[in-house]
Amino acid sequence: MDYGFDFSFIGEFWPSLLEGLWVSTRMAAVSLTGGFILGVLLAVARSQDSGLIRRLAGGFVDLTRNTPLIVQTFWLFFGLSALEIRVPAFYAAVIALAINTSGYTCEIVRAGMDSVHHGQKEAAACLGLSKARILRHVVLPQAIEKMYPSLISQFVLMMLATSIMSEISVEELTAIGYQIQSQTFRGFEAYLVIAAIYLAMSWLLRVVMTLCYNVAFPKQRHIDQARSAGSRQARDKALSGTAMNGAKS
Amino acid sequence: MMFGVSYSQWMFILTGAGWTLILSVLGFLGGTVVGLPVAIGRASKSRFPRFLTAAYVKLIQGIPLPVVMFIVYFGISIAGYELPALVAAGIAMTLYSSAFLGEIWRGCIEAIPPTQWEASECLALNKVQTLAHVVLPQAFRIAIPPTVGFLVQIVKNTSYAVVIGFFDLTYSARVINNSTFKPFVVFTVAALIYFAMCYPLSILSYRLERRLKRHSR
Repeated sequence: MDYGFDFSFIGEFWPSLLEGLWVSTRMAAVSLTGGFILGVLLAVARSQDSGLIRRLAGGFVDLTRNTPLIVQTFWLFFGLSALEIRVPAFYAAVIALAINTSGYTCEIVRAGMDSVHHGQKEAAACLGLSKARILRHVVLPQAIEKMYPSLISQFVLMMLATSIMSEISVEELTAIGYQIQSQTFRGFEAYLVIAAIYLAMSWLLRVVMTLCYNVAFPKQRHIDQARSAGSRQARDKALSGTAMNGAKS
Repeated sequence: MMFGVSYSQWMFILTGAGWTLILSVLGFLGGTVVGLPVAIGRASKSRFPRFLTAAYVKLIQGIPLPVVMFIVYFGISIAGYELPALVAAGIAMTLYSSAFLGEIWRGCIEAIPPTQWEASECLALNKVQTLAHVVLPQAFRIAIPPTVGFLVQIVKNTSYAVVIGFFDLTYSARVINNSTFKPFVVFTVAALIYFAMCYPLSILSYRLERRLKRHSR
């Protein structure tokens, strides 16, 4: 295979690459915030006693989780334009992404809340804490600890999913790749560069979210450290114990 | 005519749905063949395979699937081959599902208690024998529910193949929408077809998971 790699287009295209990156970042930030809020609301709705609200929310979550994002986006974007409602593609994309991510976030939040042992809530109630305080001081810190890793993964996946929005002509990063390809015929190199940028973005998002966690839950971090140190100590102890037993016999 | 969309146009959409199924099966088969070694490498105790497979998984999981599709598509074309979009889409789906299945299965392998490894060492089984006769059969049982759950992701994510012009359900729905401009009808039906493929899998995965939990108690 005789193929000369040529990345010289970067010199000419870096302003549009940056612009696309900015659109992608904005789109991810807005839809993640919206999707997270919607997801928490859905999780609350699914834990209601009223059967109707619970079932409606459940049906919504099942629908969003079992159909592709791109079909949801087309439905919304082309549907709105058929109704002659003019929404800029960017906002249609953000709404579709937020709705899509809310279903997953709902399940993550719900699993996190369920993982807190009900004895914890009962114990807190025995101490005379109000419902709001039980949620704030007992349930949420433990629930967030459990759901944080899945939330990070979900957010990274959603950030990557913004890449499909070039299909409804949002000028995000992937669309810039297509632009470079059609002008320079260097599709392979163009998308390698785009892939590297996405890789850096997902790495950065993970780092930032982990930092946020450490800042928001300093106590939790100490508990985590103590726990892992504790288990390490226990393991060392067990190992030295067997070693001593061996020496005795 | 049904809802302003003709019979032959509905057939066109159904043909697209057939290609979606074909690509899903390809993606899952490829993902299994590549994903199993990835999972074993990820769970390995020696550093080199662990590092190599971790890098592979991080790389694929950090790049959006549409971009993977483009890279494979243009990569094949610069190698000088003229292959149908199905091949490019199949390779991209294989890369994608092998990375995710590798991670899922690694969790299942690591869920097998270390005492099982130690016990088979006592029985003088070597590493390959331990893996084949002791660890993997047990991991297989745990792996079924999340694997069925991931099938939903595979079916849904084949829709990203439209970016390279692969003729699947999403693509055919868009073509019909372009000619009839009945977006609500066309895309609702497309969404329902996807739903009919994915929802049974979701339910099955959920049931299997509950059954497994009951058994392990």
